[in-house]
Amino acid sequence: MAYGTKVVDHYENPRNVGNFGTTEDVKTRKDVGVGLVGAPECGDVMQLQIKVDESTGKIEDAKFKCFGCGSAIASSSLATEWLKGRTLDEGLSIKNTEIVEELSLPPVKIHCSVLAEDAIRAAIADYKTKNEQD
Amino acid sequence: MTLKLPMYMDNAATTPCDPRVVEAMLPYFTETFGNPGSRNHAFGWAAEEAVDKARRQVAKLIGADRKEIIFTSGSTESNNIAIKGAAYMYQNAPAGSDKCRGHIITGNIEHKAVLDPCKRLEKEGFEVTYLEPGPDGIFTREMVEGALREDTILVTLMWANNEIGTINEVPQIGELCHDKGIIFHTDATQWVGKMPTDVNTDNVDLLSLSGHKMYGPKGVGALYVRRRRPRVRLVPLTEGGGQERGYRSGTLNVTGIVGLGAAAEISLQEMDSERERLLKLRERLEGEITKQLDTTQVNGHAQKRLPHLTNISFGFVEGESLMMACKDIAMSSGSACTSASLEPSYVLKGLGVGDDLAHSSLRLSLGRWTTEEEVEYAIGNIVEAVNKLRQLSPLYDMHKEGIDITKIEWQAH
Repeated sequence: MAYGTKVVDHYENPRNVGNFGTTEDVKTRKDVGVGLVGAPECGDVMQLQIKVDESTGKIEDAKFKCFGCGSAIASSSLATEWLKGRTLDEGLSIKNTEIVEELSLPPVKIHCSVLAEDAIRAAIADYKTKNEQD
Repeated sequence: MTLKLPMYMDNAATTPCDPRVVEAMLPYFTETFGNPGSRNHAFGWAAEEAVDKARRQVAKLIGADRKEIIFTSGSTESNNIAIKGAAYMYQNAPAGSDKCRGHIITGNIEHKAVLDPCKRLEKEGFEVTYLEPGPDGIFTREMVEGALREDTILVTLMWANNEIGTINEVPQIGELCHDKGIIFHTDATQWVGKMPTDVNTDNVDLLSLSGHKMYGPKGVGALYVRRRRPRVRLVPLTEGGGQERGYRSGTLNVTGIVGLGAAAEISLQEMDSERERLLKLRERLEGEITKQLDTTQVNGHAQKRLPHLTNISFGFVEGESLMMACKDIAMSSGSACTSASLEPSYVLKGLGVGDDLAHSSLRLSLGRWTTEEEVEYAIGNIVEAVNKLRQLSPLYDMHKEGIDITKIEWQAH
């Protein structure tokens, strides 16, 4: 299968790989929101973590890890790039169709962009939940 | 020597034609082009002579008599003729079999070219038992014995598995079938030409083989049909000119048959040294990969496997991205996942591989022209790729943290 040049670029040079601590650590960190979506048996699992600056309300950093095909890796890598510097509401406005367009994903890979959008929403929701409890 | 990329490590899918085979074939396209069925002129006689020579070459490779070789288009056709032909011939044969047309035993990790004819026969009123192998992937005499019925007419089990290379107990299963008067067919596509074969001491009644798996041309193969003790008879599926003892009508593919014969002769001569050489390379490949990477698994029985093939599973790595990272190595990939473009492997599932649902598998099969340099390159490339993807894998992090990923409630999508 042939991949688009942007997918190959993100796959070969993934941006912002990593996390802000172990699974246990990030559960208790209030400045970090974690989104873990997908399922191993479906061949895609995305983990997206955002670190929010409390004073500005903006996402100051974002990291990802991804178990999945090249397009899934590229979609989550791109998501971290786009999230940085945005407010939570701006983050929520990212649509999967924009990811499809940016990476020129073929129809069979659209689910990768949907998963990336889900991961963004899940990470932001996690951050909000953690900070509502106060 | 400089490495030529991409490199070919998928010899279980097909092999390149040996140049000596091509050379043997060439005159039969333009000069000796006659139809072996033309009994009344020299062109026909010359072609018939060439086919006869090839028949002897193929027969010798498997310890058969030349009259027992039926040329076909390859193993798929051979399997169809053998399985359906035997089922139709021996249907309702055993006493007291009024509930179905006959019982057939096969395995659930057979090639589709065996499974699909069996499924066809099921629709037509036969009953089929699909044996399940143990975790080592091997079918034993005991397994077959346990599935035997009064009305069993045919057992069909491959000699060596195409995905994992495991070797079944063919001589023992054949002995059992002969004791019980049951026809025994084996799809030997991956076996013949690589491993010593003798249809008499190995107790085989019907055997399928393909030219292109042993450095011969594509589109030609053979079916061995036993003529003595027992004399096996088949109902032909293709009717017409009555070629090949009536089992396979149609003008013979003389060039292909000559190529198959040449390939068989070369394989017989070079089998022992080639097997030894490839086994060393395979051990090196497998040994280094499993030494350098944790959470890997070589699939199938540790020893009872074809020497040139290995199938390795890598935990926490997705199949398509692994293939993408190893794009310079031509190999096959199996996956346990269901959504990616890679087909999940029913063979690996049949062995219980992939119950953790988060791994992918590579099948590497070495061949006559595989070099040490290529093997070293493959080791480096695969290890690097898996390490890179594991650095990206959230599942590998969880594994390292001691989290059991099968206990997490995943949201299937």
